[in-house]
Amino acid sequence: MTVLTPQAPVLSAVGEDTPIEVSQSHTPADRAFRFALVAASATVLFLLAAITLFLIVKGLPAARAAKQNFFLSVVWNPDGHHFGVLPLLGGSVAIALVAIVIAAPLSMACALMINELAPKRMRGILTGTVDLLATIPSIVYGFWGLEIVSTSQAGVAQWLAHYFGFVPFFQTPSPGEFVKSVFATGLICSLTIVPIITSVSREVMAQAPRDACEAALGLGGTRWGMITDVLLPFSRNGIVGAILLGFGRGLGETMIVVLVLSSANHLTPGILGPNGLGSIAKEITEYFVTGSNIEKSALILAGLALFATTLAVNAVARAIVLRSEGVTR
Amino acid sequence: MTLFDTRVAPPDPFADPASGTATGASPDQPNRRQPDRAAAVEFVASALGSLAGIWLVFTLAGISAPFGLGVAWLLTFATVYGVVCWRLHGILVMKDRLATLAVWAGALSALIPLILVIVFVIVKGGAVVFARFPHFFYGDMSGLGANSPVTAVGAGPAIVGTVEQVAIATLLTVPIGILTATYLVDNDNWFSRTVASVVDAMTGSPAIIAGLFVYLVWVVPLKTSGKSGMAAALALAVMMLPIVTRAAQEVIAVVPGGLREASFALGAPQWRTISRVVLPTARVGLATAVILGVARVAGETAPVLFNAGGNAYYNWDPFHGQQDNLPLRVYELIQQPSANAIRVAWGISFVLVLVVLVLFILARLIGASNPARLLVPWRTARRRQ
Repeated sequence: MTVLTPQAPVLSAVGEDTPIEVSQSHTPADRAFRFALVAASATVLFLLAAITLFLIVKGLPAARAAKQNFFLSVVWNPDGHHFGVLPLLGGSVAIALVAIVIAAPLSMACALMINELAPKRMRGILTGTVDLLATIPSIVYGFWGLEIVSTSQAGVAQWLAHYFGFVPFFQTPSPGEFVKSVFATGLICSLTIVPIITSVSREVMAQAPRDACEAALGLGGTRWGMITDVLLPFSRNGIVGAILLGFGRGLGETMIVVLVLSSANHLTPGILGPNGLGSIAKEITEYFVTGSNIEKSALILAGLALFATTLAVNAVARAIVLRSEGVTR
Repeated sequence: MTLFDTRVAPPDPFADPASGTATGASPDQPNRRQPDRAAAVEFVASALGSLAGIWLVFTLAGISAPFGLGVAWLLTFATVYGVVCWRLHGILVMKDRLATLAVWAGALSALIPLILVIVFVIVKGGAVVFARFPHFFYGDMSGLGANSPVTAVGAGPAIVGTVEQVAIATLLTVPIGILTATYLVDNDNWFSRTVASVVDAMTGSPAIIAGLFVYLVWVVPLKTSGKSGMAAALALAVMMLPIVTRAAQEVIAVVPGGLREASFALGAPQWRTISRVVLPTARVGLATAVILGVARVAGETAPVLFNAGGNAYYNWDPFHGQQDNLPLRVYELIQQPSANAIRVAWGISFVLVLVVLVLFILARLIGASNPARLLVPWRTARRRQ
């Protein structure tokens, strides 16, 4: 082993941390590859543009006929030249809202239970179960909900209507009936959303710095104090993003709505019974293939409204989560 | 008796926070949670006491409502338990105990119905599938009738359709998805940022729109020959592209930057670096990503609704003629009024859940400890330098 004398050559040539300029020669193969990468990336943009363009073009006849009434009229009956999308869009949003109101607290409880309360050896199993549940097809949830939940929820709906009927929402559009409602649909949709929100928010909570959590415990705080004062503030944005993601899923949910909701589209506040609000996805599924030309066009326009709403919700969710990652890093 | 409830074993500081599934004991195991007799006594006594009280009140008042009894018991129990904890340990412990109770109650009331779904599918569907065991997997739907036994039918055409359609969608989307993911991880400019946000937004777009789009551009122009396995595959591909891209991006982002730099330093051009270094390093993760995308798409009904057409008989050719599909078959059976159709629908749901379960376990065996993480939009997404 040699001892380095001070005179020994040391790397002193590069004083600053500036990268050296390297002249890269791009071979034709490299350029072709680069082109393939960009072309592949452009595919998804092309897809979005194509979907939007097609929906706009095909929806144009209805848009011409409807003008501003598309968002102002409250009657949806394209064959009778009433193009109000509100009963449908309102229904889609109402279902997603019911689903998220039920799913958000339950998912928070699940995520906290898995991350903080459950015995450590159960965590892996529970995480795997939730992730598996998030992959179960929604038609299966819808089928189960139709067979089991839609009748058993009627009691709860009746109870709500009886004691909280003074709130406009907790009423039924057709007296005495409590099935096939927006509430039932939202309740079943929440089954598909809970695993998604749980999975994302559990991930986010696991990213919170453990040393800060332990410091809170070490200072004598209770576990709940640690959760409310350290864990949740750190993961707040991620949780909001997760909930918005769940909301987006609820908006786009098709099969559960088709199976459970009644075939009607009246703009009424009551969500506990049939013959209330409709849903864009359901209307498209049931009437698109058999409908007249103007009805098809109107349904495409409604589909465009749903598509745009969902994309906007997803974009907002993403922005919130990315901002939170920037803050915690 | 301490003022604060600090008997909690602190979380394992050596656990990998990203995976969250680390179960191995760390070298210095923190103090294990001691079973607390006093706390257990307080809990059980409050529960039993409040139950007895409520039951007495309900009996004396002559109310017979099991649901109301349950609700009243839970509320009284929470109150009694809260007061007990407050008087014995102080307000902070009371909050902690009640919140713990609420979290457990919420988590169980969410997880139990979800697990019940799987149990129902296994019990009800298993009864149909195993009534005539292998036949259900290869028989066709032609024998379905209100009076014929469920053992006469099978999910064969639907299985063939789902496999072929998902395979075509996978072949179409996986190369594009992986190339896009590579580009997104390697570049940070306006184009890549736009593509990344569009991919994320499209991941959750309504499935019915994908179906509608393909119906408009493919099925309608082709008229009667339009509905086919190919049309269904295209609609599934529209759904699948963002999902696979997103998951592949996540996997490629964790390939160590040093490996690429070493390859570049040795003079390898970009295409060789990616094809010989980056993608082989990420191949296990990429396989997981593809499998999860397949599992997600195999269960989608709405995209194939207008496009596959459905077929009670075998159709092996995805390019000509209508084809069946597992979720589509479930949907069509539910629409029928006969009880037999509903029973067969449970059977096909069983096959569907089985497919998803096998794919999920496969993904978990070969790759990530927490595979569904890859299906979540917006996570790391940028290469570590």
